[in-house]
Amino acid sequence: MSNISRDEVAHLAKLARLAVTEKELDVFAGQLDQILDAVAKVGEVAADDIPPTSHAVPLTNVFRADEIRPSLSQEQALSGAPAAEEGRFRVPRILGEEQ
Amino acid sequence: MTDLTRLTASELAAKIHKQEITSVEATKAHLDRIAEVDGAVNAFLHVDTEGALAAARKVDGDLAEGREPVSPIAGVPLALKDVLTTKGVPTTCGSKTLENWLPPYDATVTRRLREAGVVILGKTNMDEFAMGSSTENSAYGPTRNPWDRERIPGGSGGGSSASLAAFEAPLAIGTDTGGSIRQPAAVTGTVGVKPTYGGVSRYGLVAFSSSLDQAGPCARSVLDAALLHEVIAGHDPMDSTSIDAPVPPVVTAARAGLKGDLTGVKVGVVAEFSGEGYQPGVQRSFEAAVAQLKDLGAEVVEVSCPNFTYALPAYYLIAPSECSSNLARFDAMRYGLRVADDGTHSAEEVMSLTREAGFGAEVKRRIMLGTYALSSGYYDAYYGSAQKVRTLITRDFSAAFEKVDVLVSPTTPTTAFKIGERVDDPLAMYLADLCTIPANLAGNAAMSVPSGLSDEDGLPVGLQIMAPALADDRLYRVGAAYEVARGPLLDRIPELKGVSA
Amino acid sequence: MTAVVDLMDYAEVVERYDPVLGLEVHVELSTKTKMFCGCPNLFGGEPNTHVCPTCLGLPGALPVVNGRAVESAIRIGLALNCEIAEWCRFARKNYFYPDMPKNFQTSQYDEPIAFNGHLDVVLDDGEVVRVDIERAHMEEDTGKSLHVGGATGRIHGAEHSLLDYNRAGVPLIEIVTKPIVGMGERAPEVARAYVAALRDLLRAMDVSDVRMDQGSLRCDANVSLMPKGTSEFGTRTETKNVNSLRSVERAVRYEMTRQAAVLASGGTVTQETRHFQEADGSTSAGRTKETAEDYRYFPEPDLVPIAPSREWVEELRATIPELPWERRKRIQAEWNLTDEELRDLVNTGAADLVAATVDAGAEPGEARSWWVQYLTQQANTRDVELADLAITPVHVARVIELVKSGELTNKLAREVVQGVLAGEGEPDEVVANRGLKVVSDDSALLTAVDEALAAQPDVAEKIRGGKVQAAGAIVGAVMKATKGQADAKRVRELILERVGA
Repeated sequence: MSNISRDEVAHLAKLARLAVTEKELDVFAGQLDQILDAVAKVGEVAADDIPPTSHAVPLTNVFRADEIRPSLSQEQALSGAPAAEEGRFRVPRILGEEQ
Repeated sequence: MTDLTRLTASELAAKIHKQEITSVEATKAHLDRIAEVDGAVNAFLHVDTEGALAAARKVDGDLAEGREPVSPIAGVPLALKDVLTTKGVPTTCGSKTLENWLPPYDATVTRRLREAGVVILGKTNMDEFAMGSSTENSAYGPTRNPWDRERIPGGSGGGSSASLAAFEAPLAIGTDTGGSIRQPAAVTGTVGVKPTYGGVSRYGLVAFSSSLDQAGPCARSVLDAALLHEVIAGHDPMDSTSIDAPVPPVVTAARAGLKGDLTGVKVGVVAEFSGEGYQPGVQRSFEAAVAQLKDLGAEVVEVSCPNFTYALPAYYLIAPSECSSNLARFDAMRYGLRVADDGTHSAEEVMSLTREAGFGAEVKRRIMLGTYALSSGYYDAYYGSAQKVRTLITRDFSAAFEKVDVLVSPTTPTTAFKIGERVDDPLAMYLADLCTIPANLAGNAAMSVPSGLSDEDGLPVGLQIMAPALADDRLYRVGAAYEVARGPLLDRIPELKGVSA
Repeated sequence: MTAVVDLMDYAEVVERYDPVLGLEVHVELSTKTKMFCGCPNLFGGEPNTHVCPTCLGLPGALPVVNGRAVESAIRIGLALNCEIAEWCRFARKNYFYPDMPKNFQTSQYDEPIAFNGHLDVVLDDGEVVRVDIERAHMEEDTGKSLHVGGATGRIHGAEHSLLDYNRAGVPLIEIVTKPIVGMGERAPEVARAYVAALRDLLRAMDVSDVRMDQGSLRCDANVSLMPKGTSEFGTRTETKNVNSLRSVERAVRYEMTRQAAVLASGGTVTQETRHFQEADGSTSAGRTKETAEDYRYFPEPDLVPIAPSREWVEELRATIPELPWERRKRIQAEWNLTDEELRDLVNTGAADLVAATVDAGAEPGEARSWWVQYLTQQANTRDVELADLAITPVHVARVIELVKSGELTNKLAREVVQGVLAGEGEPDEVVANRGLKVVSDDSALLTAVDEALAAQPDVAEKIRGGKVQAAGAIVGAVMKATKGQADAKRVRELILERVGA
């Protein structure tokens, strides 16, 4: 069911924001194809009547009271920033649009 | 004076609390040991000499003033896996992406360790973002197995397991998503426990696969692991998946187990975890361990968990899917590495170029695999089906635990393989987690305890014990009983002193 | 780059096509803290000061759901006549954007907390239209970016951008309508009336500030056309972030005329995001996406499911206050208004404000007069909705009270209102800071009266001679001397008293 193409891998890399090299594309295409072949095995037993499990613990309704907790200082917030300006994170120009 | 680095945590704690030695002495002994041998092992990514000594002095000061120790392991040094945040102390997750990151906050585990007076020596090496079974995926070079430095120490927590085997620390913290505590413990002859999912807070544990990740104790003895378990476990309101229930009585269980009697305990041998792919020496070690459990009074039966063979493929869909989302935040905008910000590239380009430069091959592979598995059109066949397998595995466990108290299997199919042997063959690498993954998918508790050395290569083998969720104490009772019966192992490890890097 | 856009005459549009609307409204809840962390939920503030590891998306940080936000979501669902899910989850919506710290938005996907509801909307002429609600779900807001260099504040041509994450993680409820069909020429009006009704509802429930100008209520309008007599929906466009009621109406109308022209000329409407241009009421195409977005939704593993018990839902139902349309019915009866008078009140957006002012203690006539006359005028001058004026019903009630007690004259009261509108604080603060108290101290007034009488002895004589109306000139002089802060009625009394008339 797999057979992932090199183009598909390129598309995935784009979706995942990975500027992979041409050489990597070749390697990853082969490896992903192999891995997908192996993991497709899950389809053998995943019958329609089996409910999916998303969480390992059967918890529900875990809520927090609407109470303010201390925030970081601006200095702490920006401490790891590659670049900062005017109390804000400085980033290269944004081309896309807000969703 | 006895070599302090050879003592167990409970022995060290006893001496410190009786003020026969100081925590500073114990800490310095381990720092010296690290200075001496870590060049050959590479277990540590960062040694926090100042922080460790300050923590030790605090414990010594409190004891000198007549105060009770704040915990049973107050003053004992520990090695912390570099995937847990430490305020102001580097936290790299073995990745170039976080090379210079100093977290502005402590993980809950870190905080609990500090509050318990545990001395954090430093941060241990790991596969990048905990993805791997050999620690070869670290951006900072592989960790070497102290039993044989040509071999892997397991992964992802190879730094933690190696630090124990190399006597650089008596305690360590690991994290286990598919076996990253247990498999390293098995191949280094140490003890590692993956607690019940939700038993230990994940707040500050840099996520690989959120629904599977669980931090746990690593030690050279089952009792030490139990003492550490009680320090780090318990409900945390900062983690929504944290279980709001009392911590299972693991220390009591370990002490009970040390009496060496397993009468009345029913042990199930997982039928599916043997045969082809299992190293004969590992198989024989496992069979000997099962015989020993019988000798201790346990009733042993074979149990079939037919869906366990689907655990590995399910895991390699769920974990990459979650990781593709969890690792999206490493985008060069707010922290971490940024490359190509030269005014000619857009934010989007800088993101892609930085992620390309900052992540290693395995991380990229898994991100792409997960991106694929979650894509519309593929979701049902891959991620959706994997979630169903998860249900089936949980059902297998439930059925098994109706018949037995614990399940056992080898921890990993082989002993430590050679560095470089599997790096270019992801599927071969993934097989190392074959037996450990089911417990992660179902969220129950599991332990690896040394079961001696494989007769063909003289390398350590691990016995995996699995218990139902919230019954972590059973692991400790069975593990401790078996440990006593089997006898010590690490005194047979070759000496590292004088070994050059 | 301004291309000439063909537009079809509106009358022709509605003659040839049936519009189909879909409205997505995002509402920021006015909880004390954010959706998933304890940072304050406040508008503005120094950049990056209302942030913590969780809302900054730092490695290792985890979300915990704000229980109050869930309550608000359920209450909103109930007020919109929705069913409340017995069990639902959060999901991750994965896409990269610098204003989103984790590069996924924690939202709800196929399991919204509320679904299948409706809202009855009253149009200007009293006609009631039922708008069906598809769903209301919980999610989190993004940070804000500031584009530097190039044209001011615009994304195009910017050299770099600056990010502030104070808003990141603010709780949002997204309310999505089912397709609104069959409205014909009234479609734009229906869109506006729907958003207005929703805003009034949310304000009455006190769950949000619903300030369109500040972005706490944002509307995305989906518009498509289908030729008369057909029933298959056409290709739609989505006009984003239309930030006033008037703009909602204009945007829908514009898109109808634009799409009609495209279709009539044999073209096809491109499915795209469009931006509303406040200046000329047009919409413009956003950057077309090369590939369709694939958000790779999957259940958020860091959060556990929400399963509101029916008891809880009923408890919350009981907390829903009198809804705007119910209140309108009541005030019509109580204040003896004709249908027309009520509609005027409603159409200016004053009805609920007047009612709230009455609830705050003001006399209905006074409350009506303030909102319908002076404040409506102020809103028009500022080109904002009446409700978006920076004054609350409580403020207005206080001003009315101050006038009634004689502490303010009507003229001073208007000055106080100006102060409040200018952001100078509550009415009492404005009174204190601007020194606007009525001079009611008779001795101070008497000095001014005596001075005025002495300055105009001829006028004083006339008054004494019985020409009481001549006192006006003296009153004027006193008011001038006291800078208008005297109570004219009292001044007049004092003058007459002084001259002994």
